Amino acid sequence: MRAWLLPLAALTLVAATSPARYANTQLADPAKEAEAQALMVTLRCLVCQGQSIADSDADMAADMRALVRQRIARGERAGDVRDWLIARYGEYVSYDPPLTALTAPLWLAPIALLVVGLIVARASFRRRRS
Amino acid sequence: MKRWLIWLPFIAFAAVLWLVAAELTRPADRTVRSRLVGQALPGFSLPAAVPGKPGLDARAFRIGEPRLLNIFASWCVPCAAEAPQLAALARAGVPIDAIAIRDKPEDVARFLARYGDPFRAIGADQTSAVQLALGSSGVPETFVIDGQGRIVEQHIGDLRAEDVARLTALVKGAR
Repeated sequence: MRAWLLPLAALTLVAATSPARYANTQLADPAKEAEAQALMVTLRCLVCQGQSIADSDADMAADMRALVRQRIARGERAGDVRDWLIARYGEYVSYDPPLTALTAPLWLAPIALLVVGLIVARASFRRRRS
Repeated sequence: MKRWLIWLPFIAFAAVLWLVAAELTRPADRTVRSRLVGQALPGFSLPAAVPGKPGLDARAFRIGEPRLLNIFASWCVPCAAEAPQLAALARAGVPIDAIAIRDKPEDVARFLARYGDPFRAIGADQTSAVQLALGSSGVPETFVIDGQGRIVEQHIGDLRAEDVARLTALVKGAR
């Protein structure tokens, strides 16, 4: 380690357990903060599974927010950050399920129900006319 | 319109009721497992968590010696509960390295003095960055790493007495 880094290392040791940078601080660039925020509300907190990391007070959620903001600030795209987390925790970590064979019913059910509704409506209107 | 069709909504309702009742009797497993099991340990380099003990670098896992990687914290109660099991593993000759999550050096030192210190090296992960890179979702967790630095298994939660023999065999066989 270079000599001028030593006081810096001591400082980080003193600042232990204080939350990670950007855990509770917004990014300076409003556009990037908006992008990070949009991603954070669709990521699941792993220790409080009903909440998104944007909503959760858990320490781990804070560290996940820090990770998201730091990566967005570095210029990574939101989709890549989500993929990075999915590669580690599976699709359960994301509140935005992709269209796969498993989630197809979730996406197609509204369309199917709408079609059924149209058929029922058409049949009953036709009966009334006759 | 067929006469029997009138029963269709009731049958659908009964089916939903049956599904809900059946799911109530067996709660879903919400454990989030790491998808990196079977893959290489991601690269990291962590400073020492306590003075007088080395920090942890992912490169140390690729020297042909299988070992355990324990994720713990001094503020975590189950981590204290699994200390006797880790001590037994260390006595059986299993090398154990550790990562302390969001911890202070003085707290880690106090924890080790109270519950024993089976660890060769302890890295300090102040911001859970390495924990997130590992796909670990809490403390305590124990990863089995083979000699090539590949993750063989992830044990979630505290180690029980019955896990000791199994993990010992797993590490010895993971060369």
